[in-house]
Amino acid sequence: MKIAVCIKRTPDSESRFKIAASGAAIDETGLKFDIDDFAGYAVEAALQLNEKAGGGETVVYAVGPDNVQETLRKAMSMGADRAVQLKADAVPPDGIAVAKALAAELKDGGYDLVLFGKHAFDSSAGVVGTAVAELLGVPCITAASELKVENGAGSARRELEGAAEILSFPLPAVVTIDEGVARPRYPSLKGIMAAKKKPLESKPAQLGTVRVTVQKMELPPERPAGRIIGEGSAAVPELVKLLQNEAKVL
Amino acid sequence: MANVLVFAETRNGTIRKIAFEAVTAARQLADATGGGEVHALLAGPSGIGANASQLGTFGADVVFVCESADFAGYARESIAATLADRAKSGGYRAVVLGFSAQGRDLGPRVAARIDVPIASDVTEFAASADSITVKHPGYANKVIMTLVISGAPVVISVRPSAFTAVESPRGARVELLQATPAQGATVTVTEVKEGAKGRPDLGEAAIIVSGGRGLKAPENFKLVEDLADAFGNAAVGATRAVTDDGWRPHSDQIGQTGRQVSPQLYVALGISGAIQHLAGMRTSRTIVAINKDKEAPIFKVADYGIVGDVLEILPVLTAAVKEARKGH
Repeated sequence: MKIAVCIKRTPDSESRFKIAASGAAIDETGLKFDIDDFAGYAVEAALQLNEKAGGGETVVYAVGPDNVQETLRKAMSMGADRAVQLKADAVPPDGIAVAKALAAELKDGGYDLVLFGKHAFDSSAGVVGTAVAELLGVPCITAASELKVENGAGSARRELEGAAEILSFPLPAVVTIDEGVARPRYPSLKGIMAAKKKPLESKPAQLGTVRVTVQKMELPPERPAGRIIGEGSAAVPELVKLLQNEAKVL
Repeated sequence: MANVLVFAETRNGTIRKIAFEAVTAARQLADATGGGEVHALLAGPSGIGANASQLGTFGADVVFVCESADFAGYARESIAATLADRAKSGGYRAVVLGFSAQGRDLGPRVAARIDVPIASDVTEFAASADSITVKHPGYANKVIMTLVISGAPVVISVRPSAFTAVESPRGARVELLQATPAQGATVTVTEVKEGAKGRPDLGEAAIIVSGGRGLKAPENFKLVEDLADAFGNAAVGATRAVTDDGWRPHSDQIGQTGRQVSPQLYVALGISGAIQHLAGMRTSRTIVAINKDKEAPIFKVADYGIVGDVLEILPVLTAAVKEARKGH
């Protein structure tokens, strides 16, 4: 199968964040960046689908400045065949603008499947993948927790609140990947060496008008320091009293 | 003054709680921009229109009822087309929906279809004549972003439980609407698997009781379930370690890569408090933690912590909660 995977470069999610002097961005000093967690699951899912099919091509795409090339190389070191950078000074917080740039590039690519992470850690919005499907006019599964392709048709599971949908769909299609589909592999040394020679194409991103902008970023208010009220089951009566009289949740 | 369109999410022929929260948010937005009308789209199988007045209770002036045999499940393409057509023809300021499983899918579809910007997972907003400003927690709730969205309409999906449904009775005048059929290839719902009955969803529960590796074995989750029962209507969650080991279903996972919750009360049992887990529950109003290690990071965020063996303490706590709730 010919599979495209659209990935994003995001900071390590376990970092402690600070706000930059501008007040409208995070301070990137000392942060480690890599493939976004969910995008990593999507790359792995694509590689496994093509391994199972016994062939095909996996192409990775990223919108952003030249530092995304490192992220694209990482995906190629996992096993993707080639990469395309859609060059932009930054990835705007306007998911529709990003979707337009990707859809313009993907529409004549002849892909059977286009995969995304269900959302990226930084923007946490989950817009781009599903919007790309609409712009391409193909079926879309948003946040699939299981994905299979057999005899040219797809099936997926999608978690709902307290239930799950089992879905089937024809190809070509867009699927955004939730945790549970595939754990990403670590690149092998051989993979890392091979990735250096794989083709990486760079062209300008056709973002169009950006209609969502960041005005401010701030850290959430700190919780008051924790309080240990006692040890063992002897502390239970005190806990219940606090839940009744102070927290008023009982 | 401009009107606001809101999507009233349904499942199994009933309106979901998130729909009333979205109507409340839409009402606030309409009032903030000069007192326009709130128009709700209620799409579902035959008979769904009988629920229209419920939307009026929370501030809908008009309810567009769209009944179709195809809408027994979530017919995503046709519902997106119907909502997009309505949004285009009505001259709306905004289209509001919930950031639920359905809304996460529907919002981007509608925004892409009518080529308007979207803000997802919004917890607050402020409106002026030519722009709408929203707050949206990003970076797994570690950074609060303030975004400015220009244009009209704009699509806004609201975080579950961020807006409390408030009664604001309006007429809920019913108008019938024809569904816009899907064009081209579509997704088919082959089955909907219902989860465990009798417990609220993690995103909607006022109280969540959650277990981690400290419970030592999957069968000990029975003690967690017992405490959830003692609280009345509590949901049961788990850490990633526990869902990865298959002790609990993946859908129960609370954390950065699982569900992000903000209940009134979160009870963490045998949970150490890894960053991954804290990202999913640190916005809970009151946090209780029981853990044997007094240095565990969970105690840094817990309003009330007890150090000790969770398996020994749980039955005592369950009995005490039952006693305290006698007569409920």
